[in-house]
Amino acid sequence: MKHETMLANDRDFYGDEWGERTSTVLDADELVLNMGPQHPSTHGVLRVILKLDGEKVLGTECVIGYLHRGVEKIGESRTYTMFAPYVDRMDYVAAVSNGLGYCQAVETLINVEAPARAQYIRVILSELQRIASHQVWLGTHALDIGAMTPLFYTFRDREEILKVFEKYCGARLTTHAFRIGGCQYDTYDGFEKEVKKLCDFMEPKFGEYEELLTTNRIWVERTKGVGILNGDDCKALGVTGPVLRAAGVKWDLRRAQPYAAYSKMDFEIPTGENGDTYDRYMVRIKELHQSLRIIRQAVDSIPAGPIMAKVPKVLKPPVGEIYHSIEAPKGELGYFIVSDGSLQPYRMRIRPPSFINLQALDKMVRGMLVADVVAVIGTLDIVLGEVDR
Amino acid sequence: MPDESKANSTPPPAGKQSNANVAAEVKVSSPNPPQSSPNPEAKPVAAAPAAPKPAAPASAAAVPAKAAVPPKPAGPTPQPWDNEFLQRLKKVYGSGIREASTYLGQNYLVADQSIVNEILSAYRDDEGFDYLVDLTAVHYPKREKLEFDVVYILYSFAKNTRVRVKTQIADGAVLPSAVDIWPTANWLEREIFDMFGIRFEGHPDLKRILLPDGWQGYPLRKDYGILQQDQAWVQSNLGIESGQ
Repeated sequence: MKHETMLANDRDFYGDEWGERTSTVLDADELVLNMGPQHPSTHGVLRVILKLDGEKVLGTECVIGYLHRGVEKIGESRTYTMFAPYVDRMDYVAAVSNGLGYCQAVETLINVEAPARAQYIRVILSELQRIASHQVWLGTHALDIGAMTPLFYTFRDREEILKVFEKYCGARLTTHAFRIGGCQYDTYDGFEKEVKKLCDFMEPKFGEYEELLTTNRIWVERTKGVGILNGDDCKALGVTGPVLRAAGVKWDLRRAQPYAAYSKMDFEIPTGENGDTYDRYMVRIKELHQSLRIIRQAVDSIPAGPIMAKVPKVLKPPVGEIYHSIEAPKGELGYFIVSDGSLQPYRMRIRPPSFINLQALDKMVRGMLVADVVAVIGTLDIVLGEVDR
Repeated sequence: MPDESKANSTPPPAGKQSNANVAAEVKVSSPNPPQSSPNPEAKPVAAAPAAPKPAAPASAAAVPAKAAVPPKPAGPTPQPWDNEFLQRLKKVYGSGIREASTYLGQNYLVADQSIVNEILSAYRDDEGFDYLVDLTAVHYPKREKLEFDVVYILYSFAKNTRVRVKTQIADGAVLPSAVDIWPTANWLEREIFDMFGIRFEGHPDLKRILLPDGWQGYPLRKDYGILQQDQAWVQSNLGIESGQ
């Protein structure tokens, strides 16, 4: 009785300001709730407008662009070499992968291939970056759902990877590790030994994460059957990366269209079955192990030789356009570059995996609870720097 | 800073200027300004609207570009591309398929804007291109009529190949939306609308996505300067003189 009066008063108070109001199952009015842009579990500045029936989500709308810096426009006013550090600032938890995609795209455009040693260095660093990126994902995702310990574990271990980056190129996060045509730096003394030691250090740590979560009843209840996205929906929505693989589609650009030295690496593509949040968690955990496997092989078989191909000092690609993409930790990261034969790209289009994966949020949370929205945003593994560019 | 933003109040030259000062000294050695070199896909539209063989004008267009820049070694040129499915498309649409080429191993075809959605549907339904990788646009203000390229990048999981479908439209023209073919197109079309001002007919909710709703201007057009912004919006919404 009291509840009804309150709602009636509400209506008097707000009037039609909230737009069209319809009665819902609970015989109450639809509620529009703003989540974000300043919300700890939106991983940055994402605003989700939720339409709710009690705790049930009827629909969502994402409001993005708070971090828009016009990276594509900047790309048109910088030379090809000058633009390389900018791409690190898109997906800032996986800067190495961004740089790899960009350098390879420009190499495709100027028809240059990086030397074998550079290809191996690229594989090692980008797999280390994949591990670091997945660790950030796991820590924050678990924190969103209420498990605090994994955050400390994952960030503690990620630190060791960042130390290797720092020793290699002087930077920890926005590394600018690669150059067009190869790498700027050769590996430092004892790099191979250190990376191998790092792999041995990491392996049991992944077990620790699993011990905390995999059979944890709260974790399983919060993730199993939540945010289901099947394979066909993934394809229709353009969703790639671990989200697609968790839906049972065995597709990985490292295997489908191998780049760098991936064609020489032996690894498996982990897949899930149900396409729910738990499967995506399992797929990423398995990917951590596969990344270690790739790093170990690459370190063992890294060839000697030059690290830089012959690239002209002043880059002037011929007139034409190309698209090149790589398997970034979050999905397909593509660069579509149009050259008009001048020093700057005529058009620099970046196909960010986070932007396109985020579009699936609405489909995944419809009919679920508000608390699941938090879990699903986490499981999509978005980085707003990349969504907004 | 202040003179930079002042220079931007006159949009078209300012954009070029800021482009130029990045590499001003190197530019002196290369007299040809950007966009002036003939574009391989711009040619067939102007020269051969009815010719079913676009390959010849395309390679012819690339030759003067090489001649204009003598020190550069001969770059790759688009090669004609053909297969059974393309033959079928050509039979149905005739000169609607303006060009089909391969550049550096990547296939693309240029279709007339009136048939682009039919071609996209055909690619998805008949050829199994079930994944729209990306949808974007490129602005060519130097072109006479068809100022924009709209580029659809498609991928087939079964065949593991990509293809680019391109179409050219004029400023103010409306393209049919591809949301019904691939839901992915929803946000991508909104982004194109936001950045280029191209409208898509039949889009469920065509509005700006990255920029604020009230923003004036389309930043990825070539006449929009790199430092240019909607001063009126900045002043009324952020309460500051300039965002620079």
